[in-house]
Amino acid sequence: MNADVPVAETDRAPGSHRSSRDRLRSYILGLGLAVVLTAASFAASSSSFVWGPSIPVLLAVLAIAQMGVHLVFFLHISTAPDSTNNILSLAFGIFVVALVIFGSMIIMANLNHNMMPMDQLMDIHTQR
Amino acid sequence: MNTFVDVASEEMPSGIPLSERGPAPRRVVAGFGFWLFLLSDIIIFSALFAAYAVLSGETNGGPSGIELFDKRHVLFETACLLASSFTCGMMMLAMERRSAPMTYFWSLLTAALGVRFLWLEITEFADMVHRGAGPARSAFLSSFFTLVGTHGAHVTIGIAWLMIMMLQVATIGFRPMVIRRLLCFSLFWHALDIVWIGVFTVVYLGARP
Repeated sequence: MNADVPVAETDRAPGSHRSSRDRLRSYILGLGLAVVLTAASFAASSSSFVWGPSIPVLLAVLAIAQMGVHLVFFLHISTAPDSTNNILSLAFGIFVVALVIFGSMIIMANLNHNMMPMDQLMDIHTQR
Repeated sequence: MNTFVDVASEEMPSGIPLSERGPAPRRVVAGFGFWLFLLSDIIIFSALFAAYAVLSGETNGGPSGIELFDKRHVLFETACLLASSFTCGMMMLAMERRSAPMTYFWSLLTAALGVRFLWLEITEFADMVHRGAGPARSAFLSSFFTLVGTHGAHVTIGIAWLMIMMLQVATIGFRPMVIRRLLCFSLFWHALDIVWIGVFTVVYLGARP
């Protein structure tokens, strides 16, 4: 790509707003999206429109979407060169968080599965 | 001499290639350092979330989440925290305009919404303890009080930090270091709101019979 081509002032990644008015618009847009997603989460949690077993998945999707909205519109994480390091460390942070949460859940579910039921365990102890 | 360095004047000229720009401005470096702290803080929360996910069914014959949680109460708490995140953003815009009265106004609103959130949480905890569902009742309640209580402790620290920052604005004004600290505060406050999204989704809305 030719480096001499001037980049238009409007051609920016979301979040890398420079003027005060653009940032105000970003906060208002972010608030609007966050309110809609929060309302959708609370509505979905007790709705009968959605097939029951799929509600946790829907809640997870809405929560991840809202976290993304907060990151872009409130924390101003963008693809601007200033925040390249922030994005890389965020990716690593998400990786560690996923390892800790899902790793613990898998390990504990596996231990639970392999453990003798509590009443049988009690029987062994009382027989001795 | 003007000691107030404008945020916009610290921006790098966009014509120079990234590799030839020299060290990043202090505002960017300080923001990155604080961002690393926030990520490590979120990893602490991830351990508490993992504990809650594993223990949420272990009620030991005591009350379960679906019996204890009031969704309207949680919706109100969420609204307080979301609104305070927005007013925190407005405070940052007022700070960029170097408008002290508007900075005080929005920061007071942010702190008031934070206190309202904390009060709702404290009354909820007190009500649960009063009904015999304290942290010692079951493993589920221990992990619940640890996770939600840690978030509440962070909000408390955030409010204290905001008050100290307002004292600094009042006494030493919008110096570059004060502006960097306020920038870090806004990152902290928005990050707490992100953690709360996880809390209300996993703990309160995720409670199944």
